[in-house]
Amino acid sequence: MDEERRQGSAAGGRRAPGELESSVKSVLWAATGALTAAQVTERLPGSLAYTTVLTILSRLYDKGQLTRERAGRGYAYAPVRDEAEDTAVRMVSLLERGTDRQAVLARFVSELSTEDDSLIQALLRGKNRS
Amino acid sequence: MRISVYIPLAVAAVLAVVGPALARRLHPRTATWALTGAALVAAGGWIGALALLASTLFGQIPQVAFLGAWSIRVLRAEDPVARAVGAACAAALLCATATLGTACWRHGRVLMAAFKECRRMPGSDELAVIDAARVEAFALPGAPGSPGRVVVSTGMLQVLDSSEREALLAHERAHLRGHHHFLLLALRLAAAACPLLYPLAREGAFCVERWADEDAATAVGDRAVIGRAVAVAALAAAGNQHRAGMLAATGGPVPRRVRALFAPPPPPRRMPLVVITALVALCCVSLVDATQDATTLFGGAHHAFSMAHARFHARHDLPHHTAAGLVRTDRA
Repeated sequence: MDEERRQGSAAGGRRAPGELESSVKSVLWAATGALTAAQVTERLPGSLAYTTVLTILSRLYDKGQLTRERAGRGYAYAPVRDEAEDTAVRMVSLLERGTDRQAVLARFVSELSTEDDSLIQALLRGKNRS
Repeated sequence: MRISVYIPLAVAAVLAVVGPALARRLHPRTATWALTGAALVAAGGWIGALALLASTLFGQIPQVAFLGAWSIRVLRAEDPVARAVGAACAAALLCATATLGTACWRHGRVLMAAFKECRRMPGSDELAVIDAARVEAFALPGAPGSPGRVVVSTGMLQVLDSSEREALLAHERAHLRGHHHFLLLALRLAAAACPLLYPLAREGAFCVERWADEDAATAVGDRAVIGRAVAVAALAAAGNQHRAGMLAATGGPVPRRVRALFAPPPPPRRMPLVVITALVALCCVSLVDATQDATTLFGGAHHAFSMAHARFHARHDLPHHTAAGLVRTDRA
């Protein structure tokens, strides 16, 4: 497993197909409008081949996760937003179980205090300068 | 038993004080395992020592002594534990079992709810996006044997740039791969059994995040980008959400993570691990020693009971059988 993780480095090496799908999905959901395969490739870090991105996009489309519309010679893709509302409500209720969920759900970032806020901003500024 | 039975209790107290500081000097992965192991052993030692301390008092209850077929008089005479201490330990033991039971039930329910949510999600995709402005991301564990999901809100995806998004995915992936939820659960339960261990559980939860950060840094090949992702996400989340007073009061885990990621990777160290292992070993050895002492004590009381019975039956020329029917006596 470690081996696999090391291979999936920023150099754009081999990565599990599931991981690439996640990356492509995250790009599409972050975007405001539909994106073509070329635009998605551009917004992915590393150097993924255009054809790889195209394959992933059509696979996600086949799974019914994306919609597409004609754009020039190809397609522009956007995520399907059905049912997401319902899932969001359930997820939030799961998160709001107070201290109980802390033992189960590892959250990316915990809440900040006001001092933390300014501390982090200072850290970011320091990093950008160097 | 006079001293050794108190050592596990002392170890829990010492770990509560020095454990977090020692863990801070270890690689987060090693620190997490060390803290979880130490917390579990210390919680076991805590419960075991309380049970031993309460046992001699419990054994003096006439009905219990009758069933166990031991002499109350001998037990009381030999008992190294003051009555008040025994009673206090019995009360503490009751509290510990009650809170542990409650914690098992509550955390177990959330875990089951998480497994259920994970199953409900369509397909087998790793990433589940929730279409919400709220800045949120977490690893949703799947039931054993089925893969978990990375749940991210659109709000979170929009505040991060492309490399930071990869960093976030790698971080949550590390949680799922490492089955970190089991470690978090173990830490919580240990703290529920022994409240002294709460600092260990809190530091352990922090180490789990640091561990995922370090794994993500290896996967992405850049430490600073993980640090930036954590910083940006935390600032955005703070702007979007109402501030939960409880977590904010404990303060500081996010800046500590960011600082660690902007610094060079942690060097491998051995010494803190040796200290934690020694404390854990001390806890185990003293508990075993105290258990042996208690066994000897009850054995003596049992022997005295048997002898008294044998004498009683011989004097009155009664057939040999004992009240509980549990004790075999020699026809001496």
